[in-house]
Amino acid sequence: MPLTLRINGRFVAVEAHADTPLLWVLRDELGLTGAKFGCGMGLCGACVVHVDGQPVRACVTPVSAVQSRPITTVENISADRVGRAVQDAWLAVGVPQCGYCQAGQIMSAVALLRQTPQPSDDQIDDAMTGNICRCGTYPRIRAAIHRAAQHLRETP
Amino acid sequence: MSARHDAGQGSSGLTRRAVLQGVAAVGGLVLCLHESGRIAHAGVAPPKYGVDAEPGGAVENPLIFVAIHPDDSVTITVARPEMGQGIRTSLALVVADELDAEWERVRVVQAPGDQARYGNQDTDGSRSMRHFFQPMRRVGAAARMMLESAAAAHWGVPVSEVQAERQRVSRRGGEPSLTYGELAEAAIRESVPAPDRVKLKHPGQFRYIGKLSTRAIDGADIVSGRARYGIDTRLDGMLYAVVARPAVLGGKLVHYDARAALAVPGVVRVVEIASHPQPPRSYPLGGVAVLAHNTWAAIKGREALTIQWHDGPNAKFDSQQFQAVLEQAVRHPATVVRDDGDALTALRGAGTRLEAEYYLPFLAHASMEPPAATARIVDGHCEVWAPVQDPQGVRDLITGLLGMKESDVTVNVTLLGGAFGRKSLGDFAGEAAVLSKAMGGTPVKVMWTREDDIRHDYYQAVAMERLEARLGADGLPVAWLHRSASPTEDATFVAGAEGEDDGEYGMGMINVPFQIPNIRLEIPKVPAYTRIGWFRSVYNIAHGFAIQSFIDELAHAAGRDPRDYLLALLGPSRRVDPRTLSDQWNYGESPMRYPLDTGRWRAVIERATREAGWGRTLPKGRGLGLAATYSFMSYAAAVVEAEVDSAGRITVPRVDIAFDCGPQVNPDRVRAQLEGACIMGLTLAKYGSITFKGGRVQQSNFDDYALLRLPEAPREIHVHVLESSFDVPLGGVGEPGLPPIAPALANAIFAATGRRIRRLPLGEKLA
Repeated sequence: MPLTLRINGRFVAVEAHADTPLLWVLRDELGLTGAKFGCGMGLCGACVVHVDGQPVRACVTPVSAVQSRPITTVENISADRVGRAVQDAWLAVGVPQCGYCQAGQIMSAVALLRQTPQPSDDQIDDAMTGNICRCGTYPRIRAAIHRAAQHLRETP
Repeated sequence: MSARHDAGQGSSGLTRRAVLQGVAAVGGLVLCLHESGRIAHAGVAPPKYGVDAEPGGAVENPLIFVAIHPDDSVTITVARPEMGQGIRTSLALVVADELDAEWERVRVVQAPGDQARYGNQDTDGSRSMRHFFQPMRRVGAAARMMLESAAAAHWGVPVSEVQAERQRVSRRGGEPSLTYGELAEAAIRESVPAPDRVKLKHPGQFRYIGKLSTRAIDGADIVSGRARYGIDTRLDGMLYAVVARPAVLGGKLVHYDARAALAVPGVVRVVEIASHPQPPRSYPLGGVAVLAHNTWAAIKGREALTIQWHDGPNAKFDSQQFQAVLEQAVRHPATVVRDDGDALTALRGAGTRLEAEYYLPFLAHASMEPPAATARIVDGHCEVWAPVQDPQGVRDLITGLLGMKESDVTVNVTLLGGAFGRKSLGDFAGEAAVLSKAMGGTPVKVMWTREDDIRHDYYQAVAMERLEARLGADGLPVAWLHRSASPTEDATFVAGAEGEDDGEYGMGMINVPFQIPNIRLEIPKVPAYTRIGWFRSVYNIAHGFAIQSFIDELAHAAGRDPRDYLLALLGPSRRVDPRTLSDQWNYGESPMRYPLDTGRWRAVIERATREAGWGRTLPKGRGLGLAATYSFMSYAAAVVEAEVDSAGRITVPRVDIAFDCGPQVNPDRVRAQLEGACIMGLTLAKYGSITFKGGRVQQSNFDDYALLRLPEAPREIHVHVLESSFDVPLGGVGEPGLPPIAPALANAIFAATGRRIRRLPLGEKLA
């Protein structure tokens, strides 16, 4: 079916079946490959994008459910102050190893910091528990979120 | 007697050679193994070690690896695949340092699989920096010398009158300088200096090597979603393929009905992939592929297939029952691989006698990027894009599968979204090539789902380890018996291979340098019923867990502090020739250049325990556990602090790891690898278990094959890397942090609760 999606501030027309997960529309039809496939069951968070500013798992979100709602992918996260702060912190702390899960980690971290600008370790744990990293970058993810929060606090 | 150490191969050398030669010329496998053994036996060639023993060796021609452009940008080609270890940054910074390039102007190009051109590219065994630090230094330095020669010629002065620094060559005496960009064209015509004439920097002059602040080459691309992994390849007109493979290794397709699959909108074709005779090697497993216009249609199409399989003999495999087979195996005499003194008699004497059996299940790698690869064939040339650790091996595989010439196959290496050994074998890239051929050359991307990945891995081998010891009057062992029963990875390449080979028991079992007069080590022959592969640190995991747990048990039995006991077992600081420990393999490295140094082993133990506050008083339910292992020429000691609550739930608030890998090229990445090893070690200790029933893997996704999540990660991981001079040969980094973690956790749980963990995984909580 023909669908209109609002992705990264632009309206795009795509042809897809209603039950197709958003992830495959982004990756296969639109060439937005920043969101990754990890499990297909909403278990690992590699595919996290924002819909209406909220983190959602694109691998289990039917594309028909997000028609006309604003979708942000990692490719456009630098358009946002919090997004830039998180990207900068990720680089400064040297979070990525293989980097494959990091788009999803960053999208979850940005959503957390928008809602909770100064998260505690416990709040970070709660917000990031859905994002698996096999390389084991968790300690640096914690550190980078704190660093981004501090940067956002100090540079209003 | 296997050919492995005769050939002077690195980790998995025997089987890797089998990949290279067995695929290109089926039937040549046995011959080539015999040949490599025979050559060494006959003494025709002196033994080769390190990179010289690896296929392709090292190539040091700067014209292959360095390009300097008129705009003064520098392109450095990295031939080793990037899987998260940071090698694209680390090898490039070595070249850039000796070249005296500005890091901000450096770009990295990834080499395709071509070992004749680039030297060895098979990225495993924690070898990249160990083997290529010096060659890549010489590459950078040779390029710098060519630029200097070009400048000297330009000015008509002796080369001693010019000096390169920060991408400019200047004349002594303050004359105007020339940029590398201005000199590049002339420099290419200069002769390449011979390796022994290349002048290297003094380590005090390094700008990037050993420094903390080098920008990661791929960092900005990763955080912006621009980085390209195997699953990200997109070609015009590309079809997406998902494959139904036999659930049981060796299973055959009997019949399939594709009508319903073909009715799924977007599905284009259904294609059978041929299976191959066992052993599995790196061949595609065979099965039925659904090709579609997008991944989702291919997935839905596969669900709609009706397939009848013939499972074959492996259908009887049950990993629960196999545990009993392994138990019996370690309770009976087996092939002796080291025999110091008379352990069997010494075990029978008076005094405290301990025995223990440790069990570690199969593991799946579960890299976050599942296997995926894209292939197309244009005018008889097959081009592949794939996240593979061994691109030349994949090239050889595809050359054989398609019946093409090597020169007609190009394997481009994408970023690897994790690998940990899984992507050493390119069965999935073979699938893509075979499917593209079936589709008349149309580009085809093969996508593995997570279920495919978990069920069709090359697994870390299950292991049963039995240890026996008798303690003398001083509490230290007078006799030590260790039997290790684990299927060999060789079985993936040689039908019927049974029991660990010398490179496998060479990983932390045979080379114990303990102060014990009677040591007997035995290897029972046990078969493999599934594809066994290499998993980060490989057999060191089981050996390290068993040995370091058992030493803790001995210490407690002797009423001694586990740290003091471990240090006493290691004895005084000394350099031990591994051959005196019956270890002929030594990770493929020279026993003279890389002796086992008990002083370095002691030092990491002392450092980790000091930093962790060993001996401090802890609240009830908390304990500290220590383990220390030597693997891949590096020394690692971990102190884990564990807390077990009244419900048996285990948390790890803190880990201290001390590490000695010799000199560090990229210190931040060394730390990152150790942090990651800590998380992976806790993961396998807590959750790691692949089981088989009816020959089928029972796990499928992250719900039943759990990985550690962020809340479970220790709030504190302290990495302590020992400083080392650049005179010391480099050790490995990617793998050696892993082996001590699980036993340190088990020992910590014992300290906290008095409960001894001998079987992994632990689960969420103690039962």
